[in-house]
Amino acid sequence: MLRAALPLLWLLLAGAATTEEPTQEPGSPGEPPPGLALFRWQWHEVEAPYLVALWILVASLAKIVFHLSRKVTSLVPESCLLILLGLVLGGIVLAVAKKAEYQLEPGTFFLFLLPPIVLDSGYFMPSRLFFDNLGAILTYAVVGTLWNAFTTGAALWGLQQAGFVAPRVQASLLDFLLFGSLISAVDPVAVLAVFEEVHVNETLFIIVFGESLLNDAVTVVLYKVCNSFVEMGSANVQATDYLKGVASLFVVSLGGAAVGLVFAFLLALTTRFTKRVRIIEPLLVFLLAYAAYLTAEMASLSAILAVTMCGLGCKKYVEANISHKSRTAVKYTMKTLASCAETVIFMLLGISAVDSSKWAWDSGLVLGTLFFILFFRALGVVLQTWVLNQFRLVPLDKIDQVVMSYGGLRGAVAFALVILLDRTKVPAKDYFVATTIVVVFFTVIVQGLTIKPLVKWLKVKRSEHHKPTLNQELHEHTFDHILAAVEDVVGHHGYHYWRDRWEQFDKKYLSQLLMRRSAYRIRDQIWDVYYRLNIRDAISFVDQGGHILSSTGLTLPSMPSRNSMAETSVTNLLRESGSGACLDLQVIDTVRSGRDREDAVMHHLLCGGLYKPRRRYKASCSRHFISEDAQERQDKEVFQQNMKRRLESFKSTKHNICFTKSKPRPRKTSRKKKDGLANTEATNGKPPRDLGVQDTAAVILTVESEEEEESDSSETEKEDDEGIIFVARATSEVLQEGKVSGSLEVCPSPRIIPPSPTCAEKELPWKSGQGDLAVYVSSETTKIVPVDMQTGWNQSMSSLESLASPPCTQAPTMTRLPPCPMAAEEPQHPFSLPYDPRASFAFPPSLAKAGRSRSESSADIPQQQELQPLMGYEDRTHLSPGTANSHWCIQFNKGSRL
Amino acid sequence: MVLEGWPEVQGIPGWNFHQRHHRVHKDVDQAGRGLCPVDRLRCPNYTWDLGSRYSQLSQASLLRLYHRFRALDRNKKGYLSRVDLQQIGALAVNPLGERIIDSFFPDGNLRLDFPGFVRVLAHFRPVDDEDPGMRDPKEPEPLNSRMNKLRFAFQLYDLDRDGKISRHEMLQVLRLMVGVQVTEEQLESIADRTVQEADEDGDGAVSFLEFTKSLEKMDVEQKMSIRILK
Repeated sequence: MLRAALPLLWLLLAGAATTEEPTQEPGSPGEPPPGLALFRWQWHEVEAPYLVALWILVASLAKIVFHLSRKVTSLVPESCLLILLGLVLGGIVLAVAKKAEYQLEPGTFFLFLLPPIVLDSGYFMPSRLFFDNLGAILTYAVVGTLWNAFTTGAALWGLQQAGFVAPRVQASLLDFLLFGSLISAVDPVAVLAVFEEVHVNETLFIIVFGESLLNDAVTVVLYKVCNSFVEMGSANVQATDYLKGVASLFVVSLGGAAVGLVFAFLLALTTRFTKRVRIIEPLLVFLLAYAAYLTAEMASLSAILAVTMCGLGCKKYVEANISHKSRTAVKYTMKTLASCAETVIFMLLGISAVDSSKWAWDSGLVLGTLFFILFFRALGVVLQTWVLNQFRLVPLDKIDQVVMSYGGLRGAVAFALVILLDRTKVPAKDYFVATTIVVVFFTVIVQGLTIKPLVKWLKVKRSEHHKPTLNQELHEHTFDHILAAVEDVVGHHGYHYWRDRWEQFDKKYLSQLLMRRSAYRIRDQIWDVYYRLNIRDAISFVDQGGHILSSTGLTLPSMPSRNSMAETSVTNLLRESGSGACLDLQVIDTVRSGRDREDAVMHHLLCGGLYKPRRRYKASCSRHFISEDAQERQDKEVFQQNMKRRLESFKSTKHNICFTKSKPRPRKTSRKKKDGLANTEATNGKPPRDLGVQDTAAVILTVESEEEEESDSSETEKEDDEGIIFVARATSEVLQEGKVSGSLEVCPSPRIIPPSPTCAEKELPWKSGQGDLAVYVSSETTKIVPVDMQTGWNQSMSSLESLASPPCTQAPTMTRLPPCPMAAEEPQHPFSLPYDPRASFAFPPSLAKAGRSRSESSADIPQQQELQPLMGYEDRTHLSPGTANSHWCIQFNKGSRL
Repeated sequence: MVLEGWPEVQGIPGWNFHQRHHRVHKDVDQAGRGLCPVDRLRCPNYTWDLGSRYSQLSQASLLRLYHRFRALDRNKKGYLSRVDLQQIGALAVNPLGERIIDSFFPDGNLRLDFPGFVRVLAHFRPVDDEDPGMRDPKEPEPLNSRMNKLRFAFQLYDLDRDGKISRHEMLQVLRLMVGVQVTEEQLESIADRTVQEADEDGDGAVSFLEFTKSLEKMDVEQKMSIRILK
């Protein structure tokens, strides 16, 4: 490992060496430049940022190197490795440059390195868990830190009085209290670094971690108060000063929290209006959070608390407001910054420790401090836990207490604070620095190394990650409501009562104010889980190449495995429908002869190959939106092609409905149908396919309704991606949707089918407006295919058309078609759907949507407003498929000619 | 503590809360349950038994509940009616409030006496740490056992009391719980999926067994307990 790190060192040393070179270079300033220099070495101009970049690069590379060996990282926490690396690097720098460089500067640390870590932890803090344990966290953070600071300080002073500390350490009681206050605080960076790898149970983690975040206020206050007392001189401190000190605790902590919440509010409010400038959403999150930090720092409030509260407070609304991509961007940027800062902090800590000019060793002090911080931490935890357990529903047991005591790691905050001390005021600063370094190193390295085995040995309850299920989510909500109700009945205004109150307040006012209307829905947690489950299913569906839809029935990965699905209505429907998965086989699965297969292969090839020229001119360029670049679109296309291929191969094995028709024509039909423009001409031409319709109807229903479902859900997403505008509007709409939700629709969850006719009847009324439509729609067979695949199909079909037959013959007819095909469709319904009673549930998404919004209009006016633009979209889509198709045709034509 | 305005209750021999309170206090055994035999002899079918025996609530909690019971009983009639509970402000806005009130009035009762009150609330007593193996198997399961807590939740879903949560029932609960912003179809699909997820025998409904299974991994004991009901 070290050998691997060596090249890095040389890189660094080169950097360090070059620092000195320029000093000689400008040695001849008076002379005019000897002509035009071809090559100039301008290290000075770039030095500072270059070094920063270089350090970060070194840290990142070191991280990579560490993780090359899984064995090492599983045994040794990364923070230890980084500190050790820092020590080595510092030693080399010291040896080469003859002076210590690149140390952890308190200014850099507090202004640049700490905020990202705190923001990351605040933003991704599991808020429910945090508030569930708020009492314990606050106790440990406030009482515990005060306790640690005073006892450690006093005990060290006692140690000095007893003569165990060398007399050269000149420190008064106040000095020791100051030292105690900075050394006592558990450090969020260190805790996070170690505990993230240990995976203790959530309660334990949130208590230790929450404590480390919230104790910042106490640390800051204690430090500042003690520091000013020391600077004033203990003789000048008056009683009012002590009172002020106590008062400042409240000011600093509550003030910090208030600043954070104000900025959280601002942030949430701002992101509400970023609809048209999606691209700056992530920036806003970081800017305002950083502003909160700086504001709190400026007002000498607790900056850590401010950022924590900001992240904690804004998350719900911001996540709802910003687009999906921005969410990802925020997440990754935040994690990147935090991990980067953490890495640099630990490395610089190691480097700083090498500088012996800064510290002076005193064994008595060092050993005493080490012992006291461990001892008083443990004692404090035990005492506080005993008190807390009187009030806790789930008491913290002994093992928890051991881990909490042992997990009290000290870190860079203490180091930065001790560096900040004024040597003239605190004569013992050097000793304190040395002691702090030892304490930090000891806690991070020794405790960090041993905590994992300890946790294992004590059999601490580990956190277990299980997938969320809808049932759990729903029942959890039920439990919450039940408990709130029971507290009401009992007349006890406890935690559940207030949480319930808060939720109602939030729902009524805050969310209304801070969330976009369209964002509402996704914030419902049950819906959220449902949505995520669907996404997961879709992904696994894609991963498995669509084989979830097997003839034995639909098996969802997220569903508990079941022995028999015979009873489920879905399966029944599937059974009835002949082969398991009927993915619009009516048309496409007729690949029987080798020639046909070759055709298909050829056609795929062409699809893939001809892709770029077709699309090229559609690229739109905007600074405000990220348009899908060609690569992405191509990926999408490739994905579609893959899906299609898989489906097709799968179908050809599964389905044996045979038609003697040649391929291209049926495909045309399907496309037209899908566009809601299936005309009589097309269907009339293929009466035998009705059999296929019968076969597939059941399943079609499923997916179709699901599809509507999902497409509805993704309306907000659509809005998100509004900026991407394609020429062929209708198709692009489908495409966009396909990206976000199209894959969802693949989710083969069979739940959609109304299991009983009663339900069906119940549903009919609001759909009755389009009774005939519904019937017509039932012949919509392509719906089984997810939207994006449909697109793929469409394209492939059209391109096939363009190959096989004169392409544009079809298009003009279609453009001429009436916008609403109902009338045209009605006549064919008798034979397209003679036997299937359930078919009336199916209808094309566009119509369904219209129907739904109509039905909603009475019930939910805002909802409808919300839908309006989309409906407009929808309608356009619906009305102009002909144009879109002609577009396609033309394009394909071009492509094929190319 | 005087029980004026509790004619029916006072009529029952031995039912004087004040008096009983002390007696119970004296005669509670180590596990906090049980009454003195004298009381049982005097009123063998007496439901108070439930209050202390099954609920195992501490005396302080019982007393607290008793005060609350009387405060809720507006006309001092000695029992609670639905209206009394409905008048609790926060309960009215609770989406499940009506159902929870229902669970206080099982079998179509219109009156809720104190033992009944205690009995329902005893479900939410935190679970003791005692080893379940230590418990006498012949004794009925305490009301605050995991199963009973779950059963309480289950019957909130199962409106028709057929031991199964049908899709329809699930939908109704979802309708109560999920905000207006989710459309009916989406609700239905959520309901479908929820049922499907838990439904193991494929009957399209969630039986109690399936219900418990779907919550296997959840810390129900913790999530269905209120600390003050020790």
